[in-house]
Amino acid sequence: MISVEGLTKYYGENAAIKDLAFKISKGEVIGFLGLNGAGKSTTLKVLGCVLAPTSGRVIVDGYDVVENPHEIRKRIGYLPDTPPLYDEMTVGGYLDFVARLRGVAPGDTVARVKAIEEKTGLAAWHDAPINSLSHGYRQRVGVAQALVHNPQLLILDEPTGGLDPVQIVEMRELIKRLKGEHTILISSHILSEISQIVDRLLIIHNGEIVAQGTEDQLAGAAGGGGGLIELQLAGNAQKAVEAAKAVPQVNTVELTQLAGDRVHLQVTAAADVRPALVRAMVTAQLDVLEVKKSHGRLEDIFLKITQKEGSA
Amino acid sequence: MNNVLLIARRELSAYLRTMLGYIIVAVMLFILGILFNAWAMSGTAKKSAEIIADFFTLASGCTLVTSAVLGMPLLAKEREKGTIQLLFSAPIRDWEIIVGKYLSALVFLMVYLGCSFYMPLLVMAYGKVSAGHLAAGYLGLMLVGSVGAAFGTFASALTKNQLVAVIISLVLVIGLTVFWFVARITDRPLTDAVTAMAWYAHFTPFGAGLVHAKHVIYFCLVSFVALFAATRVLEARRWT
Repeated sequence: MISVEGLTKYYGENAAIKDLAFKISKGEVIGFLGLNGAGKSTTLKVLGCVLAPTSGRVIVDGYDVVENPHEIRKRIGYLPDTPPLYDEMTVGGYLDFVARLRGVAPGDTVARVKAIEEKTGLAAWHDAPINSLSHGYRQRVGVAQALVHNPQLLILDEPTGGLDPVQIVEMRELIKRLKGEHTILISSHILSEISQIVDRLLIIHNGEIVAQGTEDQLAGAAGGGGGLIELQLAGNAQKAVEAAKAVPQVNTVELTQLAGDRVHLQVTAAADVRPALVRAMVTAQLDVLEVKKSHGRLEDIFLKITQKEGSA
Repeated sequence: MNNVLLIARRELSAYLRTMLGYIIVAVMLFILGILFNAWAMSGTAKKSAEIIADFFTLASGCTLVTSAVLGMPLLAKEREKGTIQLLFSAPIRDWEIIVGKYLSALVFLMVYLGCSFYMPLLVMAYGKVSAGHLAAGYLGLMLVGSVGAAFGTFASALTKNQLVAVIISLVLVIGLTVFWFVARITDRPLTDAVTAMAWYAHFTPFGAGLVHAKHVIYFCLVSFVALFAATRVLEARRWT
């Protein structure tokens, strides 16, 4: 569905994004993660044909964003970081305008607007002026305008930005319901907000993609390949640490808790070494009470990846 | 063409639903009314045709300013509010956005021109003025308004600050007016060239009830150049 190679965008002398490359298949839900100013919005603007790239090649559904932006625009729904709403219009009037603008046949606009209002929970606000809506509902209208023409590709830039916890859950549920119907690109700087929705994550830092993959893959990468393994043992702590360190491919061993003969270890390794660790502990005559692979919090993974890049 | 009408209709509804357009029209009608009374209707007895010619002279200046100011929010407000991204991501050409917005300003200008019609109508009721004279004069005012609206659209494409946009469009209006004054202090053949560029020199025949194709073409050409420049500015926005 989307193929990006060497995508670079300069604002004056400054490169907002540099040499990005990734592919997105039809039907995937992709999360763009990054701090403020990392280049997420710029990337989405290029994919949404709002901005032209400085260099690189971006193909969306077989069309080049520079050569055939018009064809791509017919296939996308785009919600910028600030919903593009005309305050003086009513919700229904605005959605009708956007439907026509996006090429919905005049005879179909009423039905499309009704359907999308029901889908986004706006049916009761059809005649309400947009300037009377709360932030959460304005955001919903923003999503509705991106969906009103039933696009193949849905681009949502920070759809949960500024929402309260209840509204975030509602927005997440709404996006979950859209899964399978559209290819969805969604950006956020708060990872936990989108981790439950997306199939795959692209982490952008300082205009470059520093990591991409599923949450498990990223957790593994942050932990050195095998992720973080937590062990709970009964026995001598010193012996346990030495036995763990002796296991091939183990990077670090940290004693995190010691209460009586109960020992808690955190191990990072280049691969999933849980079987080898258990064997080593048993050989060392330690009782293994619990062994689990921990992904850590997604925020920790993100921080590890971006800090690694920052110090590189 | 559907997209042009769609944009024009939305923009026109924005003029009608907000106070800005009405305020601009009311203020300019007030100024025109005062000038009409103070200049065209004052002094010694005049023929009706002379009063109407004076009215059109005054109205042309007011129309140019009104239309230029009406263009102020067209694109600057879209950029300020971020709604330009809706238009940029929609399957619509840049020229369609520009022409749609320009047309909305021009149609709203008709509210102003319609409200000004009572002045020549009074002269017509109490004097002797031909309908053709009025028709020619109002055609001229629409053409002057077209130039002002095109300038306003262009200026509005240049900045996201509406105040800066209105200043730029008024500077353009003044620039085009200055040619007429420059023509008075230059010698031929420079005078002919400068006069050819001055909008007022092209409007005067309309005010006198005459319609010449060359003057119609002048106003259409200036409007086209301004709208073309506005389209190029909008296109450039996608690259910066």
